[in-house]
Amino acid sequence: MSEEFSPNIIAFACNWCAYAAADLAGVSRFQYPPNLRIIRVMCSGQVNPNFILKSLEEGADGVLVAG
Amino acid sequence: MHTLADVNSVQGEAGDFQVTLNKRPRYVDPDKCIACGTCAEKCPAKMVDEFNEGLSKRKAIYVPYAQAVPLKYAIDADHCIYFKKGKCRACEKYCPTEAIDFGDTEREVTLNAGAVILAAGFQTFDPSSLDLYQYDQSPNVVTGMEFERLLSANGPYQGHLIRPSDHEEPKKIAWLQCVGSRDINRCQRPYCSAVCCMYAVKEAVVAKEHTPGLDTAIFYMDIRTYGKDFEKYYDRAREEEGVRFVRSRIHSVLEDPETRNLHLSYFTENGELQTEEFDMVVLSVGMETTPEFQRLSQDLGVELDTEQLVSTRDFTPVQTSRPGVFVCGALQEPKDIPTSVMEASAAACGAEVELSRARGTQAQSKVFPQERDVSSEPPRIGVFVCNCGVNIGGIVDVPQVAEYVRNLPHVAYVQENLFSCSQDTQDQMKQIIMEKGLNRVVVAACTPRTHEALFQETLLDAGLNKYLFEMANIRNQCSWVHSKEKDRATDKAKDLVQMAVTRARNLQPLPQPTVPVDNRALVIGGGAAGMTAALGLAEQGFYTYLLEKQDRLGGNAGFLTSTRQGEAIPQRVEAMSQQVQSHGMIEVLTQAEISEASGFVGNFQTRVSHGGQERDLEHGVIIISVGASEHTPQEYEYGQSDRVLTHLELDRAFAESDTRVTQARSVTFVQCVGSREPDRPYCSKVCCTHSIKAALRFKEMNPETQVYVLYRDIRTYGQREDLYHEARRKGVVFIRFDLENKPTVEQSEGKLDVRVRDHILQRELILESDLVVLASAIARPSEEPLAQMYKLPVNEDNFFMEAHAKLRPVEFATDGIFLAGLAHYPKPIEESIAQAQAAASRAATVLCREQYTVEGLVSRVDEALCRGCGECEQACPYNAIAVEEVEPGQYRARVRAAMCKGCGACAVACPTGAASVYNFEEQTILNMMQAALN
Repeated sequence: MSEEFSPNIIAFACNWCAYAAADLAGVSRFQYPPNLRIIRVMCSGQVNPNFILKSLEEGADGVLVAG
Repeated sequence: MHTLADVNSVQGEAGDFQVTLNKRPRYVDPDKCIACGTCAEKCPAKMVDEFNEGLSKRKAIYVPYAQAVPLKYAIDADHCIYFKKGKCRACEKYCPTEAIDFGDTEREVTLNAGAVILAAGFQTFDPSSLDLYQYDQSPNVVTGMEFERLLSANGPYQGHLIRPSDHEEPKKIAWLQCVGSRDINRCQRPYCSAVCCMYAVKEAVVAKEHTPGLDTAIFYMDIRTYGKDFEKYYDRAREEEGVRFVRSRIHSVLEDPETRNLHLSYFTENGELQTEEFDMVVLSVGMETTPEFQRLSQDLGVELDTEQLVSTRDFTPVQTSRPGVFVCGALQEPKDIPTSVMEASAAACGAEVELSRARGTQAQSKVFPQERDVSSEPPRIGVFVCNCGVNIGGIVDVPQVAEYVRNLPHVAYVQENLFSCSQDTQDQMKQIIMEKGLNRVVVAACTPRTHEALFQETLLDAGLNKYLFEMANIRNQCSWVHSKEKDRATDKAKDLVQMAVTRARNLQPLPQPTVPVDNRALVIGGGAAGMTAALGLAEQGFYTYLLEKQDRLGGNAGFLTSTRQGEAIPQRVEAMSQQVQSHGMIEVLTQAEISEASGFVGNFQTRVSHGGQERDLEHGVIIISVGASEHTPQEYEYGQSDRVLTHLELDRAFAESDTRVTQARSVTFVQCVGSREPDRPYCSKVCCTHSIKAALRFKEMNPETQVYVLYRDIRTYGQREDLYHEARRKGVVFIRFDLENKPTVEQSEGKLDVRVRDHILQRELILESDLVVLASAIARPSEEPLAQMYKLPVNEDNFFMEAHAKLRPVEFATDGIFLAGLAHYPKPIEESIAQAQAAASRAATVLCREQYTVEGLVSRVDEALCRGCGECEQACPYNAIAVEEVEPGQYRARVRAAMCKGCGACAVACPTGAASVYNFEEQTILNMMQAALN
């Protein structure tokens, strides 16, 4: 059986909201695919457009900025 | 914090209360419980989940909801099988930390307190007694609170909007307003519950987001979106989202026995009976105090009014009838979150004044050892991988993760922990850090949001700077969310730990400098709000400068007659003004203008011109209470006839017993003059109540006087509804008009003819009036020098913008600057006073400190790269970075660390890479990203 495509996703999550929401998803035991890597930032305003471009360049299939 | 506690009694008096509590047993040791949830998973006893409004089940051992504080389990003894049948104890068997204690018992606790604040909240009205709504008969008739749970991601259907009867997606939903509010015929709830219009509009909009194409209709009497930015939301719901609004009276709800759909019959405004079918009906139920609180209030000696709400007076809005006992929130009157939060701070202000002499007497501070200088050492990273019992270890292969980490560069030590957060592990970690000479620490466990501070304290105990710490979130964001994919969860955990180790390698020790705090305050604006704020601070012992532009104190309050409860405003304001002027801790500067301002929290400098002199004031905080003013109408013959008055003019005419008022035999009020119009879309909030109070005054002077109120929606929210009811009872005639069909005023033979189209009679009326009173808007000037000077944001309507509408309603995003009164939004005097007390309370949290500790995670500017362009200054929301002239012609950006929140907006805006945030440098983040994708 051929392996299903699983995209590598980088998320930049604001410490005060989106990161907290990801924690709450855990407390609530919501299940989601394990191909997401969350990087905590102190504000989504800290996410330089460069971070997104570099992530795609380094092999990320998708980038999520959440804040 | 005392949970599971019931108040038995409050003895004593203000300044010295003895409060006796009954603490019910939790049967779980909160010091041991790590909230892993294993107990609830194993517990065989299922019961109705109250948090989800009975729409789902929970276990007998439970936390009420995912964000509960403290996040500790408790056993519901009424449903626990062991307590009922004497055997089971499954939770005890499986608990990894031996936290279960079946021997726990009820205890009595006595506390000494100088002040008491009542914040016992509300319950929603139970619509079972009103059979026209079929609430008990049809599962598809739900309350607004139940609908909230249906929409919630942690609700009974995980946020998938389906109806209870058949779990099908509804296509049409109706909201019925005022269920258990504004109703004295079917239930004794005369007051308006103040929040239901907004929550119904919100639920309709959110429901449409959940289910595209959903038809939503709100059946209402008046839409009461009177709060800040509420009207805008209502307009958007109606015009852009397509929520239907149907002005009506409900006749009945009948369930179709086959489809379980609901036939809603209602009377339209012109009396026609209509019927429409819906898949679901949501009852917008009102708020009330609980019977438990009503009983407790008697024991406390706190007076309730006839509506079973805590009695307060308009000039002391959070003071109960018992001295030293304060109240906030819906216990006092139905109200929304922003107002409740504001009142909570106001109640705290009352308590602070009461307790100011005792401030700091019971504070303890911890002393840490001298910090070790690690700047010349290469990174030696210690990694502690937590099993969290089976929470992580049961899914993620922790030994494999530990083994993987051991081989990463600069990792000097790796250890697996069963529970990293337990006290013995903390002690052990401290020893290891010292013995192994570690200079960076990574804990792979739960989330930094709850545990970072705890581990940072361990570092401090071990003589390391607290910023040399990083967490990898392998529980909340890994094992808990990937419990069915153990191998991939293990791979992810390895990546997460590697990312953390990568960041740890770049971490630098950061200083936390302290700055001294000047404990004087500056209050700008000497109206009711400004004077209240000044007194709130001065009574706590903080010296306060009160600036007023005019030559007298009092602001708009000086022109008003009485509060909604009938307290005489001029006398109270005069007394307040005297108290302010004679207070030893308040210095009043009238005819004062601010010409220059600088500084930051704890250290502001303000230059004031006052009486022809310039004065430099130094102070630690600023409260902005500059007010607003009455809009000058451009319509309805205003300015053309001296018998067309605004509200303030009417109040003055009352005060002076002007014959235009005393001899008027027919008076017409016109509402929404300059409010809720395209140019000024917000509701001015106070006008409906003010008009109705004035209408009643005319009726009291002479019951034969014809009084008309022409309105669009009557917005006598909360207990102001009682006035509306009284006005109708006394014969005041209310006639509704639409924005498209506004009334007109014409002068004719010394009288004023007001023409308006009556919706019920379906014809035009001519109201011959001796006097026309215009409910003119409350407005702010479009130019505000203070906003420029302190870099404070204003909204589209020129009102100052608080840091967060709900959570920080009296603070600006810039530290040390606070907001109260009409400058925030139109509001009645009782709310201005509460807000000013709240601002004083929040300001006191700064002023009570001798020094202010500056966080380490702030921005920095590399001066060699900075060219002084000012992009960072534009981007900063906190006024924390500014371009300064360092030498003639040379400009550089400088960070005011005390005001910086480390958001990094400056770093993104900076075109040269000069600005960055310590320990979140661009390269650090990119390295983490690379580690994630390796």
